[in-house]
Amino acid sequence: MDSVAVHSNVAENDQDMWEGGKTPFKASYGKLMMWYFLVSDAFTFAGFLIAYGTLKFSVPTWPLPDFVFSSLPGGITHAPLIFVTIMTFVLIASSVTMVRAVQEGHRENKNGVVFWMGMTILGGAAFLGCQAWEWTTLIGGENMTVTTNPFGSHVIDGVYLDDPHGHPYEASIQPESFHAGETYLIHKDHETDKWIQRRYQTSEGQVGVQEFGPKAFGALFFFITGFHGFHVFSGVLFLLIIMVNAASGIYAARKNGYEMVEKIGLYWHFVDLVWVFVFLAYYLL
Amino acid sequence: MGNNDINHAKKVVFKGLILLAIITVLEVFIALFGNGHLIEGVRLAKWIMYPMMIGLSLYKAYFIIYEFMHMKYEMQGLRFTVLLPMLLLVWAVIAFFNEGNNWKHNRQVIQQKNQIGIEHIATPPAPANHGEEVHPGNEH
Repeated sequence: MDSVAVHSNVAENDQDMWEGGKTPFKASYGKLMMWYFLVSDAFTFAGFLIAYGTLKFSVPTWPLPDFVFSSLPGGITHAPLIFVTIMTFVLIASSVTMVRAVQEGHRENKNGVVFWMGMTILGGAAFLGCQAWEWTTLIGGENMTVTTNPFGSHVIDGVYLDDPHGHPYEASIQPESFHAGETYLIHKDHETDKWIQRRYQTSEGQVGVQEFGPKAFGALFFFITGFHGFHVFSGVLFLLIIMVNAASGIYAARKNGYEMVEKIGLYWHFVDLVWVFVFLAYYLL
Repeated sequence: MGNNDINHAKKVVFKGLILLAIITVLEVFIALFGNGHLIEGVRLAKWIMYPMMIGLSLYKAYFIIYEFMHMKYEMQGLRFTVLLPMLLLVWAVIAFFNEGNNWKHNRQVIQQKNQIGIEHIATPPAPANHGEEVHPGNEH
């Protein structure tokens, strides 16, 4: 009995030591490896965002985000960037509740950890809900897909020859004009299921038809926000598992200041960190 | 962690929440104001807007990493192994964006060359001499 007790005691001390007999950077193995995983993940996301920037640089026009992302739930359509700002708040708030959970872990306060992790999970779920709504609007309402981008942009000033329903303007009506750089959305006729590409005349006298926007915009939007959303989704799952574990008292028994909560916390803050740059690249610039 | 510590920690967290919220609102304000959504006809040049928005985002990233992820309290070696590799991305951004710009340039060149070809074929020869028949493609 005595020898077993001594042995387990040694093993407990050993847990803090790596094979070299020291803890590199005074960090536990799990925490350090979480940091290095996040480094690799940061490069993955950076690759996607740099690809986005490169393709944006390679074409003459790109859809304006304050035109594309201007819908709010409840049928409001002219509220540029408001919904995505709310999404950002939700994610920031969930990051803050995560910090609280880690702090309560350091105090070995089980109930506090469980409560604040629960709040973080709610925040993550709310963010996913917002994203689901955003995707539904873009796919179902505005017909953007991975291969079709109905958000095009004008290169020079001009006036439309067709009204928004695709019929030529009557002589008595003042036709709608547009400026260079303005983004438009090509609608679909609900009855015939055909695209309504309005004809226009530029200030230089050329007659043209509304062209579709660069495909890469839609493809990369769904890919990048989807990849980020999947990170949020798996983060919510991990948070759930660790919250249940914390509630069961398994981490309290380890007496290491709820290190597992700290590790998932690092991951969760990283998801928020990536969103800072997705927000910058896709919605602001 | 004592009672004082936890009160201090709570304060830091609350400050962080307010700070990040204000920066986000500021970023969106710059985007909306700069694109002429707030005051009709008033716009900001991109070279003013973009550095401001990028700077604010980088500050947000710094705050999340150093305060929320506790990078501030880690050893310098850990900080370096995580953060220094990110400097590679600076070159990636410069190199790839330059490349993208070149693609655009090449496309324009090709478009111009195509245009020249079309005009050359499509333009009918001017009827210079009256009465005389003009033979297209019979140039000297």
